[in-house]
Amino acid sequence: MAFEVPKTAYSGKIKEVKLGKGDKAVTIGGESSYPFYLFEGEMPHPPRIAMEVFDTPPEDWPEAALEPFAGVTDDPVAWAKKCIDDYGAEMICLQLVSTDPNGLDRSADEAAAVVVKVAEAIDVPLIVWGTANHEKDTEVLRKVCELCEGKSLVVAPVEEGDHKRIGAAALAYHHTVAASTPIDINLAKQLNILLGNLGVPDDSLVMDPTVSGIGYGIEYCYSVMERDRMAALTQQDDKLQYPVICNVAKEVWKVKEVKVSEAEDPKMGDPRKRGILLEALSSMSLLLAGGDVLIMRHPEAIKLVREMIAELTAK
Amino acid sequence: MALTGIEIFKLLPKTNCKECGDPTCLAFAMKLAAGKAELTLCPYISDEAKEKLSEASAPPIRPITIGVGERKLKVGGETVMFRHEKRFENPPGFALLIGDTMDDAEVGRRLERFKQLEYERVGLLLRPDLVAVKSESGDAGKFASLVEKVRQNSDASLILMSDQPDVLAAGLKVSAEAKPLVYAATKDNLDAVSALVKENSCPVAVKASGLEELSKLTTKLTEAGINDIAIDSGSRTVRQAFEDQVIIRSAALAKKFRPLGFPTITFPCEMTDDPMKEAIIASMFVAKYGGIIVLSDFRGESLFPLLVQRMNIYTDPQRPLATTEGIYEINNPNESSPVLLTTNFSLTYFIVSGEIENSKVPAYLLVKDTEGLSVMTAWAAGKFVADAIGPFVKKCGIAEKVKHQKLIIPGYAAAESGGLEEELPGWEILVGPREGAHIPAYLKSWKA
Repeated sequence: MAFEVPKTAYSGKIKEVKLGKGDKAVTIGGESSYPFYLFEGEMPHPPRIAMEVFDTPPEDWPEAALEPFAGVTDDPVAWAKKCIDDYGAEMICLQLVSTDPNGLDRSADEAAAVVVKVAEAIDVPLIVWGTANHEKDTEVLRKVCELCEGKSLVVAPVEEGDHKRIGAAALAYHHTVAASTPIDINLAKQLNILLGNLGVPDDSLVMDPTVSGIGYGIEYCYSVMERDRMAALTQQDDKLQYPVICNVAKEVWKVKEVKVSEAEDPKMGDPRKRGILLEALSSMSLLLAGGDVLIMRHPEAIKLVREMIAELTAK
Repeated sequence: MALTGIEIFKLLPKTNCKECGDPTCLAFAMKLAAGKAELTLCPYISDEAKEKLSEASAPPIRPITIGVGERKLKVGGETVMFRHEKRFENPPGFALLIGDTMDDAEVGRRLERFKQLEYERVGLLLRPDLVAVKSESGDAGKFASLVEKVRQNSDASLILMSDQPDVLAAGLKVSAEAKPLVYAATKDNLDAVSALVKENSCPVAVKASGLEELSKLTTKLTEAGINDIAIDSGSRTVRQAFEDQVIIRSAALAKKFRPLGFPTITFPCEMTDDPMKEAIIASMFVAKYGGIIVLSDFRGESLFPLLVQRMNIYTDPQRPLATTEGIYEINNPNESSPVLLTTNFSLTYFIVSGEIENSKVPAYLLVKDTEGLSVMTAWAAGKFVADAIGPFVKKCGIAEKVKHQKLIIPGYAAAESGGLEEELPGWEILVGPREGAHIPAYLKSWKA
């Protein structure tokens, strides 16, 4: 029996989306095979990592996550610059934590002013992520879209409940939309259709399948992402042929398993390394399921994932 | 491909003797095709037909068992490329490497860690599986005494690692009845190693350079009657090792290519010197088709994430993980601590209990069995409604633990508050937050 390498029959391709502007713009998508199945197809743009910046000093981060950003966590501009200059960030994701109505509830004007400052200060693509509260996100992200005209942001999350108003603003000021749905392939497809009907062009749409980390339901988003890719690449489902963005770091670093100390539970080992690995291993799993952009936090976790991307795509 | 009922029928005696318990040979054939009957029920089947049928009905990736007793490991037997198509069956085994040039103290520490590093999660015990004993010195006596030491001090299943048949033979002499995996048969030692594993009836791993050579070696082994095989393509770069895993799995499943229809053995420990990097490479093999994953060392900070990832990926997508019904005490509650209620979907439980822990507020969490459904789904399915919750709250015994009668229910079950006040006379039903993230703020303002 002679050995013959089996090949998947692909009939579709992921659309290419350019994020940001100028020299530092980043193109994602374009895959014609399952993630890293380079013996079957192409992955013209390897997955990218956006580094996370909070718009207000984080309150519940464990020491391991704060330490790399000591001195800048109260200044989003300095923080973003540190990510780029010291840690080589190719993209920044500004998490608008301060706007949460159940938290600081900072106004849209104030929040948008911070986004403008960060957008002015950096030249890499900027993702702006709200709090998934429809009313507040509508207010905040519309303002952000308007004030950052010409910056080609990615605005997120755009959900079914607020897609018209945020989508319209993104469209008017030429930003990319991250269509966010709760871990469900049919809902994802439906929202992509709705945004298409609204006029959002294919090259300005990415999908957020709603992800979680290891131990907190990663198997659900893992399988939904695999199904998305299967439908997009082998079943000609063109309404799922969009790059996927994974807002993973904030899910990983909030759980008790990254916080418990070695003294409390010696079997859990070094908490710093454990946090880094929970982030890196969660991210790795999502990459294998079809992530195109990962929003990550710890520089060492990022380094590990970057190396894996480089080695998986090595010639 | 598996045979159809008609194809099987052609191989049967066609006498309709009924001795198998079915009225006709055709009916029996149909049952065989559906996997609902065993071929041995037919007393008149010819040897030739038996061979053809058992070959056709063999799983595309052969399941193999390493070790004996409670801690034996079954790997292989996989039937799909993607877990959502059915499920992944047998989680990969994690193996701890111990070399015969390590000093006694180091060997002792490693065996101790192997024993210690076990974790309980959703009522499941997560723990590693194997110790890989490696001959680094080439000395048969040294190897055998290390194998003996590992056996005396651990219930791990074993992998014996050497490319020298005499070293492997020495190891087998002191461990054959424990059914270790013999690593490895190669093109240079195939005859000697295959004689060894045949004599000792142990599973064997084949190491080759590339898939072509690997297929040739496994074919030789199966021709010699050896079928319990694990395979190593020899690739040690990330890209090639990943591609090999995918190709092996799809060749076995899509093409029914028997020479690669075996579980794989992978070596993150030989792909990097950095333990952190090793862990992320291992996680790639957990997701993508590793059968056995050999690590240079076990540390809590890396083994715990890997064990949980493995549990997640190998969970049956059709059967949600659930936790046990009952009262969970968080942050040492007392008689005036708040009482919260949620469902037994494991994720719901993790999130709610995690947020209560984060709040630092001592509390009781009542977990109601909803067959693993989340709050909203369970409510919609009628499993988390007043007349189901009421009796549970009464019988769970929380009334004896607290002196107040206040119950906090999830925001998404707010519609049940009226019904619950009827079901639980004297109790005040408080509607808590909808999202777990808002629990700490809610609890901090709670007064008994």
